[in-house]
Amino acid sequence: MIEFSAVTKRYPGGYEALKSVNLTIADGDLLFITGHSGAGKSTFLKLLPVIERATSGSVIVNGQNVSAMRPAAIPYLRRNIGQIFQDQKLLYDRSVFDNVMLPLSVTGVPFKDGAKRARAALDKVGLLTREKANPIALSGGEQQRLAIARAIVNRPSIIIADEPTSNLDADYAAEIIDLFVAFHQVGVTLVIATHDESAVSRAAARATVRSVQLRSGELVA
Amino acid sequence: MKAWLTLHWMAFLGTVAKLAATPFATLLNVLVIGVALALPAGAYTLLVNLQQAVRNVSSDPEFSAFLALDVKKDEVADLDRRLRALPGVARVEFRSREAALAEFRQHPSMGDVIAALDKNPLPDAFIVRLTDTNAEDLDRLAEKVRGWANVEHVQVDSAWVRRVAAAVGLGRVAVLILAGLLSVALLAVTFNTIRLQILTQREEIAVSKLLGATNGTIRRPFYYFGALLGVLGGGAALGIVYGAFYLLNHSVAQFAALYASDFRLGALPPEDMASILGFAAALGLAGAWLSVSQHLREFEPR
Repeated sequence: MIEFSAVTKRYPGGYEALKSVNLTIADGDLLFITGHSGAGKSTFLKLLPVIERATSGSVIVNGQNVSAMRPAAIPYLRRNIGQIFQDQKLLYDRSVFDNVMLPLSVTGVPFKDGAKRARAALDKVGLLTREKANPIALSGGEQQRLAIARAIVNRPSIIIADEPTSNLDADYAAEIIDLFVAFHQVGVTLVIATHDESAVSRAAARATVRSVQLRSGELVA
Repeated sequence: MKAWLTLHWMAFLGTVAKLAATPFATLLNVLVIGVALALPAGAYTLLVNLQQAVRNVSSDPEFSAFLALDVKKDEVADLDRRLRALPGVARVEFRSREAALAEFRQHPSMGDVIAALDKNPLPDAFIVRLTDTNAEDLDRLAEKVRGWANVEHVQVDSAWVRRVAAAVGLGRVAVLILAGLLSVALLAVTFNTIRLQILTQREEIAVSKLLGATNGTIRRPFYYFGALLGVLGGGAALGIVYGAFYLLNHSVAQFAALYASDFRLGALPPEDMASILGFAAALGLAGAWLSVSQHLREFEPR
């Protein structure tokens, strides 16, 4: 359960990215946040793993007000939220396999157990045969699938994705959406920010989706 | 607990791999630290050697009282009694002029000189040893005996030993000051090295934090890096010191032979070596801590 109550985010300089947003997301929801770029979608997502903190209002994730969370507790919150970043944030100095291992190795999972889970995640996104490759050698769609594998390797109960289908061909984008629908079917809560209407309609054809729209930082549902 | 150990082990392995991946840069860093530490470490080792050499020479609290040449037997007996009655005297040894002359005759280079003399030029002497090593007591008693009749000359044998001991004490302070100054340089070296590391690993650090790494996990490899750099630098310093001693020892042997000594510059006791390594590791760790605290702040959420 995720609950935004009167959430406002004001950046230094006075720009308000979010204006008194109220929204409740139930466990297992597949929620799309649509809107133009600059509407506040990314800011909305960044409040969940506390990459940014709300200026006012509260963001409750599984009963905790994360916008007031002390820094030492944030890492444990983030381990339960699979994040797919707009710029992917893959590390190009290591292999596909090592990229997926990163969330596990920074939490002290022994290598053997971690390797098993990393390969399972890679298998789920269809990249098992590419584990030794460098991410730079992957196509755009494969890189996005690698980012997804890294996001799910900790088996999070919440996945957030920022523009996961932008810059992808229609075929690749469809693959990504189908993956999200599959996660939704096993009960994961998904919050996906996108301006891609076709992505939303593809998901809607396969599952029950919720969709809300942000306009200049305000929710217009 | 297992996860914690795994994290430590991986941080350590990662650090070793990182050091090995850039052998030239590692070597230079280690040498910088090694050279900086070699100065105080070398000076300290020298002091330890000097102290040992001084300890081997008698520094017993004793003085010698040489008597007038025309002193009579009963006057000698009287002096002996008075010396024994002095407070704090442990032992009084009489060395007659005949015994002294016989001893000189034994000495190969002196035999001829003694034979050329028509009478014994050596005086009777008392060697007086005190119970405690207090330097003031020794000086006071020696001064007192100096004023007695029939006593020509009093010599405090351990005076120069005390002078050397004082000089060693002074040297110790100098080494400490030197070590303190160079420690600051060492801190700066590790601080900067770690800063560069953080800069080149910005992306990895940022992504790791986003994926749920705690600050401890992020900092740990840098701590290992600093400590390991310190230990390697300390080892290099010891290597430099012993290399230098090896080269010096030939000359030292020649010099010592002039004083009929077989003195050589030797190794430090293991506990001193361990503390030099430990000190270097602590410095590296401190530099890493400073650097990490300074530079990881930017990754916190706003």
